Amino acid sequence: MKIMVAVKRVVDYAVRIRVKPDKSGVETQNVKMSMNPFCEIALEEALKIKEAGLAKEVVAVTMGPANCVDTLRTGLAMGADRGIHVEAARELVPLTVAKVLKRLVEVENPGLLILGKQAIDDDCNQTGQMIAGLLGWPQGTFASKVVLDKEKQVATVDREVDGGLETICLDLPAVITTDLRLNQPRYATLPNIMKAKSKPIKKYTSEELNVEIKSDLEIVQVTEPPKRKAGVILSSVDELIDKLKNEAHVI
Amino acid sequence: MASRLILKNLSKRHLFCSSFASRSASTLVLAEHEGGSIKAPSLSAVVAANSISQDNSVSILLAGSGSSLQQAAQMAATCHPSVSQVLVADSDKFAYPLAEPWAKLVQLVQQKGGYSHVVATSGSFGKNILPRAAALLDVSPVTDVVEINGPQQFVRPIYAGNALCTVRYTGASPCMLTVRSTSFPVPPISVDSKSDGAPISQVDLSTLDEDSIGRSRYIKLSSEDTDRPDLGSARIVVTGGRALKSAENFKMIEKLAEKLGAAVGATRAAVDAGFVPNELQVGQTGKIVAPELYMAFGVSGAIQHLAGMKDSKVIVAVNKDADAPIFQVADYGLVGDLFEVIPELLEKLPEKKG
Repeated sequence: MKIMVAVKRVVDYAVRIRVKPDKSGVETQNVKMSMNPFCEIALEEALKIKEAGLAKEVVAVTMGPANCVDTLRTGLAMGADRGIHVEAARELVPLTVAKVLKRLVEVENPGLLILGKQAIDDDCNQTGQMIAGLLGWPQGTFASKVVLDKEKQVATVDREVDGGLETICLDLPAVITTDLRLNQPRYATLPNIMKAKSKPIKKYTSEELNVEIKSDLEIVQVTEPPKRKAGVILSSVDELIDKLKNEAHVI
Repeated sequence: MASRLILKNLSKRHLFCSSFASRSASTLVLAEHEGGSIKAPSLSAVVAANSISQDNSVSILLAGSGSSLQQAAQMAATCHPSVSQVLVADSDKFAYPLAEPWAKLVQLVQQKGGYSHVVATSGSFGKNILPRAAALLDVSPVTDVVEINGPQQFVRPIYAGNALCTVRYTGASPCMLTVRSTSFPVPPISVDSKSDGAPISQVDLSTLDEDSIGRSRYIKLSSEDTDRPDLGSARIVVTGGRALKSAENFKMIEKLAEKLGAAVGATRAAVDAGFVPNELQVGQTGKIVAPELYMAFGVSGAIQHLAGMKDSKVIVAVNKDADAPIFQVADYGLVGDLFEVIPELLEKLPEKKG
């Protein structure tokens, strides 16, 4: 079986982001970029499945401008066998990403598609569900445990839901999106980073895949969230209880 | 050239506005129910639907099987004056919240009803189902809406709540949203006992396309039963972080919560360390809460945690480290050892009323 993993290049999670003065978006020039943390977890899971002998190949896919290749190389250094880069100059909405992925699934025929549950930039949490819907495949979102049964061709997935953990069973092929607790992604070692430079990356354009890049969402403005009024540092528990009771009236 | 562009845009906008303004909105709300009643967050989705347009007829879609579904339908019919219809899909296929049959159901109901909007709450249920349904209908959904400025314009947080993005939906109907329930509080509504409520009708499932249904099966749900209020809707939330050091110590947080009638929350560090189960996690990847009072003990205040609680009305932080980022958002801060502060609070806090 082949596993396809989608990875996204985003502003590093530790960066304190700045909204552009013209309110057109968030400053991304000269800001540290990394692989989306949930995508790292997705890739790690695919690699674990391969190492357990349940998959033959792991293909990492990314979409976006030329520098997304860096993210792909990170994935290859972690252990992905090869990469696919779909070039796109502008930002893609999840629906378009899902349509491009659908075309790639038709070309590559993977038995499993793993994505992160959300990207930490747009916080959408949509792409995995959308690609599953387009393909008519079952979906296991917010996965915190994945067990594959090769003989029965099913995946048993523990999902993190509001009320606790839900267990479901999916017929393969399926789409899985990863939650934080699924695994601890590995670091790419220096020799593997060197080796990754010679692994193949296939390039596509959206025209070659016959997907129209469009968006039915228009960004009107991006603003800073309202600032909270400065708080006070108190000196004792008595003072705290007094403030909560008589100033804030919350207890 | 530029002026022609502006003209073109203007006329586009004009066309666009008139096509939506002349037609009143009709909204389908995808609701969750349990034990014969509508879940509280789903009522927030109805409140949100009501703010899409002044002239909006709201239909609630409920699915499941058995008598609890019918009971929930009765409640849905009278839950809000704007509800004009309750649609019930009664089938074993919807006994569990699996995305495959539910997304097909939304597609089916949308194709019959031609709604201008479809709304669900952005809990794990809505986030699982709505994007799949949107893909089937070939539209882009808008996640986690916190403000509705008219039928096509919405505000949503991005970058873990560090920026607010206003988006305009320019696509075909329906415009699909998941809304953040804490941003659309449900006002206490006096139910008019004389009114019979909205009509309840059954969804005709004979045309439900079953291609991708049955390829996923529900096995079980494991959850920790507690008597404490639900984290998502609690008035007070008491949260512990890594500094609690052990699951044993975390019980102090639980005791304090009990005394205040509060829900218990946790940081990712506390969950990962195994102090508490994951459903208590507050943050970008856990629950988003906005209680009246949020008390954080031993929480440093990482961006990802703040994303889940910074809309709380009053924030109290207790931390040994005076430089912890949590103090930048706290209304009241106490620099001190939580192992001294919590016992003192337990001793000195007034008994909760009622």
